[in-house]
Amino acid sequence: MATVAINQEAERTITFYRSAVGKKVVMAVTGFLLFGFIVMHLIGNLLIYLPKDSNGQWPIDVYAAQLHAIPELLWSARIILLVAVILHIVAAWQLSVLNKLEARKQGYVRWTPVASSYASRTMVWSGPIILLYVIYHLLDLTFGAFNPGFEFGQVHRNIVASFTRPPVAAFYIIANLCLAFHLYHGLWSMCQSVGIAHPRYTPVLKMASKVIAVAIGIGFCSIPLAVVSGLVR
Amino acid sequence: MKLILHIWRQKDPQSPGKMVRYEVQNVNEHMSFLEMLDVLNEDLISRNEDPVAFDHDCREGICGSCGFMINGIAHGPQRGTTVCQLHMRHFKDGQELWLEPWRAQAFPVLKDLIVDRSAFDRIIAAGGYVSVNTGGAPEANSLPVEKTKADLAMDAAQCIGCGACVAACPNASASLFTAAKISHLALLPQAQAERERRALNMVAQMQAELFGACTNHGECEAVCPKEIKLENIARMNREFIRAACLHREPARETGGA
Repeated sequence: MATVAINQEAERTITFYRSAVGKKVVMAVTGFLLFGFIVMHLIGNLLIYLPKDSNGQWPIDVYAAQLHAIPELLWSARIILLVAVILHIVAAWQLSVLNKLEARKQGYVRWTPVASSYASRTMVWSGPIILLYVIYHLLDLTFGAFNPGFEFGQVHRNIVASFTRPPVAAFYIIANLCLAFHLYHGLWSMCQSVGIAHPRYTPVLKMASKVIAVAIGIGFCSIPLAVVSGLVR
Repeated sequence: MKLILHIWRQKDPQSPGKMVRYEVQNVNEHMSFLEMLDVLNEDLISRNEDPVAFDHDCREGICGSCGFMINGIAHGPQRGTTVCQLHMRHFKDGQELWLEPWRAQAFPVLKDLIVDRSAFDRIIAAGGYVSVNTGGAPEANSLPVEKTKADLAMDAAQCIGCGACVAACPNASASLFTAAKISHLALLPQAQAERERRALNMVAQMQAELFGACTNHGECEAVCPKEIKLENIARMNREFIRAACLHREPARETGGA
């Protein structure tokens, strides 16, 4: 009996995911988790602007040490994020194959957008750019492979060492503009995908998405700019 | 006025098509877009050429038969209007226009500007119905329906199934159509018996027809001649999620609503 019940549950989950609507729900939920991470990450990163504390330590280095203090929590968060990233990408990939390759094999000679935004039409490009950036970013500042003179835990030093190279700073800025574009459409889109829509709240949600996306873009881009301009040393 | 038209000409579903250039003289600004094409067709017939095939029926903007792309916009530049109700006064003398059929894998071109939209019928057949008792008509107002819900259901029920939403969607998604049909019924008490099955089956059929997924661009809402709102797609998503959680397989093959 138990096996039958489990099989039915599994079947139900598969049927849910097989549907395009189900895949969009998966993208919305995983997108929301990743958005939560991005907000926390930005708040943490903005500590770079604080001066050294009374012990002569950079606040961002202290914060990083605190994050690493409980490995169980750190690794739980990392695993959840990794699963979210994988699900988000796999669902996006499958939906893109349907949308871009299968649903309309013969395209229009002329097609004029009337309502969609540049951000919404380029999700399929901003996403992969963000992925490449995240891989580089991890190799640069988490594993230190691309970081000149990387020292584990010396976050402030590592960031400055990375961004004093103008091409790297430029790459970070471009990638974070892509992230801002991705969120510009994605934040409201995730609400719609899980069915949150109401004439009273939708305009507020749309406006909030745009404001948050721009704020996150400015926040992240400010750091390489601050290092390049010598504001943060 | 005079117009230069580039029209997709395709003999039958198997033949490849191409854009062909036509010049239409003596276009009256009070003509509808279809009447302008009638003028072109009269001219083509008098020259022993094959007239341009396009779907049409009521020419009052209510049947959902007509529709094609004008300069890349479904039903043309006028919002909330089908091509039969689009008048030539919205165009300029000497303007060049590109006319193409709806493009979607689920809507194969039959001839010129006509596509086969029976995929929509199969989505309806998958769950866009209610079970009612036969016999004498029930007393009017015997079933209370909340006014706001009745209005929302009516707004969704305005969908005439023309297919412009699919045509305008960058993903060729039929989400707005399916959402309108699901919303129209899900909001009404008469349609609760099939509620979960309807959401699951209509969404599944939409996908089986190879319509794309909704990525929330909003192009469909902008071109819909009946101005069906994007909010309906959110309601469809809610209905689907709800049904996926609540649905139970019937214990026996027969019985029930």
